Amino acid sequence: MSTTTPLLDVSGLTKHFPIKGGFPIRRTVGAVQAVDGLDFQVGEGESLGLVGESGCGKSTTGRLVTRLLEPTAGRISYRGQDITHASRTQLAPVRSEIQMIFQDPYASLNPRQTVGKIISGPMEINGINPTGGREARVRELLEIVGLNPEHYNRFPHEFSGGQRQRIGVARALALEPKLIVADEPVSALDVSIQAQVVNLLQKVQRELGIAFLFIAHDLAIVRHFSQRVAVMYLGKIVEIADRDELYGNPRHPYTRALLSAVPEATVDDVPRERIRLVGDVPSPINPPTGCRFRTRCWKATEKCATEAPPLVQAEGNKPGHLTACHYPETHEATVPAGRLAKDPGAAA
Amino acid sequence: MTPPTPSAAAPLELTDESVEKSTTSPSPKGSESRSPGRLAWNRFKRDRTGVISACIVIFFFAIALAAPLIAKVYGKDPYTTYASQRPELLNAFAYPAGPNGGMSSEFWFGIEPQLGRDVFTFLLYGIRTSLGIALAATLLTTLLGVVVGVTAGYLGGKTDYLVGRFIDILLSFPSTLFFIAFMPVIYGLFVAPDDNIPTWLRAAALIIVLSAFGWASIARLLRGQVLGLREREFVEAAKVTGASPQRIVFKELLPNLWTPIIIQSTLMLPAFVTAEAGLAFLGVGIIDPTPDWGVMIQRGAQFYTEDFTFMLFPGLAMVIFVLAFNLLGDSVRDALDPKSKR
Repeated sequence: MSTTTPLLDVSGLTKHFPIKGGFPIRRTVGAVQAVDGLDFQVGEGESLGLVGESGCGKSTTGRLVTRLLEPTAGRISYRGQDITHASRTQLAPVRSEIQMIFQDPYASLNPRQTVGKIISGPMEINGINPTGGREARVRELLEIVGLNPEHYNRFPHEFSGGQRQRIGVARALALEPKLIVADEPVSALDVSIQAQVVNLLQKVQRELGIAFLFIAHDLAIVRHFSQRVAVMYLGKIVEIADRDELYGNPRHPYTRALLSAVPEATVDDVPRERIRLVGDVPSPINPPTGCRFRTRCWKATEKCATEAPPLVQAEGNKPGHLTACHYPETHEATVPAGRLAKDPGAAA
Repeated sequence: MTPPTPSAAAPLELTDESVEKSTTSPSPKGSESRSPGRLAWNRFKRDRTGVISACIVIFFFAIALAAPLIAKVYGKDPYTTYASQRPELLNAFAYPAGPNGGMSSEFWFGIEPQLGRDVFTFLLYGIRTSLGIALAATLLTTLLGVVVGVTAGYLGGKTDYLVGRFIDILLSFPSTLFFIAFMPVIYGLFVAPDDNIPTWLRAAALIIVLSAFGWASIARLLRGQVLGLREREFVEAAKVTGASPQRIVFKELLPNLWTPIIIQSTLMLPAFVTAEAGLAFLGVGIIDPTPDWGVMIQRGAQFYTEDFTFMLFPGLAMVIFVLAFNLLGDSVRDALDPKSKR
């Protein structure tokens, strides 16, 4: 994976949203530092999961990669080609290779277009004429995503949420992309439907060899779907590792706290202790100095306030497991008793 | 023992059918689609007020269109002063000699006091003029409003800010006063002070002035709609596939804007009919020998104490038309936008 050029290479990616204010002349009075210096790669056919709580910049990252937003700084390159500030016409050849699946299946389909038009739209825009015609291709795509090809002339309002999300997947597949950015593709769906859509995406990933940037806040789904996982906190990646490594051996305190919060289905297990994070996520308008997690971290010291920890391979990590912490966690490390809470499920 | 057998079989069949239905498709008919427009049309057809109003409105437009034809069959025209050829039609005070404003089998709606023109054809042609002007003004207003509103909403930023302030100024303007004060100025631009102002110029000036003040409200409404729509994910999805701004505006945004556009214009047209009549009444719009709704009401207002019939027909016709059109506008809104039901 790392020997050849990765499919997508992101370095130092930053997005600050200016805050306008003042009267009568509006000027920039501050900035929401939604994404601040991200580095990650996505290899060919690989799935990178991006997790973090709401407001940490996951979706912004997805929109930066698909160039729906203009990055403030940093570099995005696709197959070695710099697309950071490419204009719409310059992007045209790359467009068809990077597609997106959206979070809300009720907002992502134009209510005034038939399913056929929605799915053939991307082909029309990019002037693609598949053999057998666009309509045949749309029917084929509908079949791939598990919908009835006869629903070609239906309108989105005639479908359920899960079916709509399948239409969204079919639209993303229409251009035969190499990379799909999936922005919380299942979080708006019922749990029973989530599994179906995730399995569909997995099938697509395996059979068509499409790389995924899978954005989610559900750790269990990311674990199921992604080979590599990056954990974000307040606009920064705090830890990135292979799936098993990250879930089995979390080195960043935040990752550990997140994993401890995942509910477990086993009943007769020893009651697990959950790490309780104190306080709220600080405002991205004015993030803490040094390490951004220090305000809620039980290990924070003087050093954390002055020095931002770099994202490096911590001592004892496997290659590819990067952690941004001055004091990486170990298996034996204990958490102060005041920060622990009994699993509410186990108590009941 | 025979009766229970069919009753046991019947529910079995029913369940089979329902299971089959739910697995194959959400609607019973195979690949037939129910487009949003089709659904709205079905809703509209069920609305009795709307259907009746639509019939009345269509009737008005039909008679306006067919006015020359009807006049020909009827055998009169709105310009001839019948009383000058047949003085017996008017009495000594120049009011219609017959009862009810001179209504007879010859002059269906009676004759006009003083000049003795035929009221029926005058009204027909008046409706024709008024509806023509109002329709043209509505089309122009809608076009202007859509272009400005969608542009401002889609571009946002400075353009939006400037357009927004301009709309604020325009909406705070006392438009009726402006019409009265500036219509003579506009005529003066084209015609020498002593010349007669041609009717086409009066009509064109009315259309332009009405549109110039009318577009602001529809532009503001659409700007807001576009601001909401352009953040929707389907617009982002189009952008991700590389759609051009033109395509996004025409293929993604506009189809979603037809609802407010249609609702606004159906409510705007009757407002323009009354505004145009009001201006004619005040003497700054269409003026006398040209048949017009407002002109008729103005003439009628001079005689209504003596000859109420002359005022009655144009007045009643206008009330019916405006009421029907407004009810139609409401029904159209209910059909297109069922969530906004009162």
